[in-house]
Amino acid sequence: MSIPPPPFSGPPAGIPRLELSGITKRYPSVVANDGIKLKVGPGEIHAVLGENGAGKSTLMKIIYGAVQADAGQIQWNGREVVVANPAEARRLGIGMVFQHFSLFETLSVVENIALALDEPFDLKALAIRVKEVSTRYGLPLDPDRLVHSLSVGERQRVEIVRCLLQEPQLLILDEPTSVLTPQAVQKLFETLRRLAAEGVSILYISHKLHEIQSLCHSATVMRGGKVTGTATPSRETPASLARMMIGRELPVCEVPAYTGIATPALTVNKLSLVPDDPFGTRLQDIDLEVHRGEILGIAGISGNGQAELLAALSGETTSTPDSVKLVGLPVGHLDAGRRRKHGLAFVPEERLGRGAVPSMSLADNATLTAQRQGLVKKGFLRPKAAWDFAKRCIERFDVRCGGPGAAARSLSGGNLQKFIVGREIMQQPIAMVVAQPTWGVDVGAAAFLRQTLIDLSRQGVAILVISEELEELFEICDRIAVLAEGRLGPAVPKAETNAEKIGMQMSGLFAPADKEPAHATA
Amino acid sequence: MLEHLIPVLAGTLGAATPLIFAGLGELVAERTGVINLGVEGMMLIGAIAGFAAAADSGGGALAGLPAGAVAGMLAALVFAVLSLSMAANQAACGLALTIFGVGLSAFIGQHYVSFSLPGLQPLDIPGLVDIPVLGRILFHQDPVTYLGLITFAVVWWVLRKTRLGLVLKAVGEAPDAAHAIGYPVIAIRYGATLFGGAMAGIAGAYLSTVYTPLWVQNMVAGRGWIAIALVVFATWNPTRLLLGAWLFGGVTILQFHAQGLGIALPVQFLAALPYLATVVVLVLISRDKRLLQLNLPASLGKPWMP
Repeated sequence: MSIPPPPFSGPPAGIPRLELSGITKRYPSVVANDGIKLKVGPGEIHAVLGENGAGKSTLMKIIYGAVQADAGQIQWNGREVVVANPAEARRLGIGMVFQHFSLFETLSVVENIALALDEPFDLKALAIRVKEVSTRYGLPLDPDRLVHSLSVGERQRVEIVRCLLQEPQLLILDEPTSVLTPQAVQKLFETLRRLAAEGVSILYISHKLHEIQSLCHSATVMRGGKVTGTATPSRETPASLARMMIGRELPVCEVPAYTGIATPALTVNKLSLVPDDPFGTRLQDIDLEVHRGEILGIAGISGNGQAELLAALSGETTSTPDSVKLVGLPVGHLDAGRRRKHGLAFVPEERLGRGAVPSMSLADNATLTAQRQGLVKKGFLRPKAAWDFAKRCIERFDVRCGGPGAAARSLSGGNLQKFIVGREIMQQPIAMVVAQPTWGVDVGAAAFLRQTLIDLSRQGVAILVISEELEELFEICDRIAVLAEGRLGPAVPKAETNAEKIGMQMSGLFAPADKEPAHATA
Repeated sequence: MLEHLIPVLAGTLGAATPLIFAGLGELVAERTGVINLGVEGMMLIGAIAGFAAAADSGGGALAGLPAGAVAGMLAALVFAVLSLSMAANQAACGLALTIFGVGLSAFIGQHYVSFSLPGLQPLDIPGLVDIPVLGRILFHQDPVTYLGLITFAVVWWVLRKTRLGLVLKAVGEAPDAAHAIGYPVIAIRYGATLFGGAMAGIAGAYLSTVYTPLWVQNMVAGRGWIAIALVVFATWNPTRLLLGAWLFGGVTILQFHAQGLGIALPVQFLAALPYLATVVVLVLISRDKRLLQLNLPASLGKPWMP
């Protein structure tokens, strides 16, 4: 996807659309924004680049009026303004598409849009306008559908159309592509270029370097709440942008070959499940096999059965005994605790709440899951053993925290994830299921976690990774399969596929040979 | 047969009125994500305030109902300050409000134990009351019962057809999203909670000044709880709530008649019948998990701060 950046005639003459100077925002424990300067001209697509926790989202919330800065000025079209709240921002002509969508699941598309507009309440007239605008910008939408029945990409369209109906002069997009297939990303970029050509300024928040290079005219790079530089992305290399973003070279994982014997360790056989949740996805005929010594990746946009498949693998939902097997042993009917005893380990997507009890100490959290480590004897706790176990885990996996007694919620995302992954690895599992291993984790910790997973697999453990980050899957996996609309495609060796093919499958278009076409009646 | 049935059906409408008011108020509050378990307490406070105002001013029910509404609203304000402004646990606040209401109404009510009020005469709707059978069921009611049905129609229309209804639902569905697009979540929840209090107060005042116009301690007798149950089992749908209220009213009247006819069942069992029948029937018709999930305000009972 190396599309050259569109022509842009340099920094525009005259008054910038938006100019920030000295924006500072302090929270009790951290300075989120420290003297931020930023300038965007009319029709300019400007990237704000930075890692998780660099302060990008806070800055955007300040521009959109959802958060108030402690100090600094905002100039809007040359005039100093105070953006007191989001409604004020919208009146000025600032629209925002959120990273976590601000939509109402049980309302229809047009109702969702009506809620954000300050105009007489007439759903029928609005539905017609929604159709017009969505067709004009290549974002097809059915105004009467309920939002919970839409795919994630369609939801994003609702948000964008909602902004466009307010005829914004500045559109803010916060990590807009994290939920899109590669093809949908290209469509989004076309829309954005078109808007820019019409004079709309765009602030594009991302940590994905190649996207910024293909889309943005200019970039402001942030690290640790400060601006570390500005750049013209098309004149930089990914490496030079990464240096500005994280302050050092981008870490790369080593992927050695597996030398042991690759026998199947975790097998899923014709697994079909109807979810209890009306918003859930039905799993249909899932077949997969993870061998010792390999990492199998499951790509796909969440909401396509990822949560349901995870629950079925971990034992949160049980099925028929033979649908899930661990080295030939039927475990489909067992609950999560019993599966752990048999050597299956899990790292869930939600760290706080599923992966760990937020208010409990790391040692107590270890006791809850380390069935195979003898931390409980005849029903009695062995606090000393749990403490030692947690301590070893902290040391071995470089978890920065206040020790085994620290509450799980006091750890940063990356450190908690290191602890959870470490805790699972120390169970000496036969197979391990990991969801979104590096979601919300900084680059350094992410590289460490990826390398840890690779090393573990090469010791003969079968690992299944479910992730939305395609690049991550291509970096660590041996084979990749796509989960779309509750169906799992075939697992293909990494070398035989690419982002384009995976993207096609994410839209549910498995090649005819992959699934028997006779079943395509539903 | 018909001469027995007409009074039963006519009585049903009156017996359902307190549930319609209290239930609609709670329904609106829950739509915005606020579950107020203090309905019983607010009804009792409304009942005693209404009764006192009616008795002391000599104005009867016409003075009682507004007094009940104001008192119910004040009680709801206490709940709102604790659970919305201070984000205290809604269930605990609501239960405390009920216990407080029971005690306060009994305390004030000591002075009024032997009092009785004139009540309200049925109001015949000219013309319509002459329709055979139906006229005497529907159009020979006390004015407050008509008011209850009008309130139902207004609430139904607002929730279904107006921006306000959509905003209420949006706030209950996803307060964060509503805040992000610029709606004052806390203010909207205050409004809905106070409306719920006023409605519960009217329901209580109706009981003490119109339905049985004399003061008896704890005279709401669990109707506040039934109103809360109705809202849930009606899956936050006003029409279903109305049907549930009529069911409760119908069984209430029927068991009175059964007592009068001397049916050989313990009186206590008959008196419990309306509660039992309402809950059983509603549980049966609301078994559809999907319907429940789709209509459940997702933020119900969860404290929210900007």
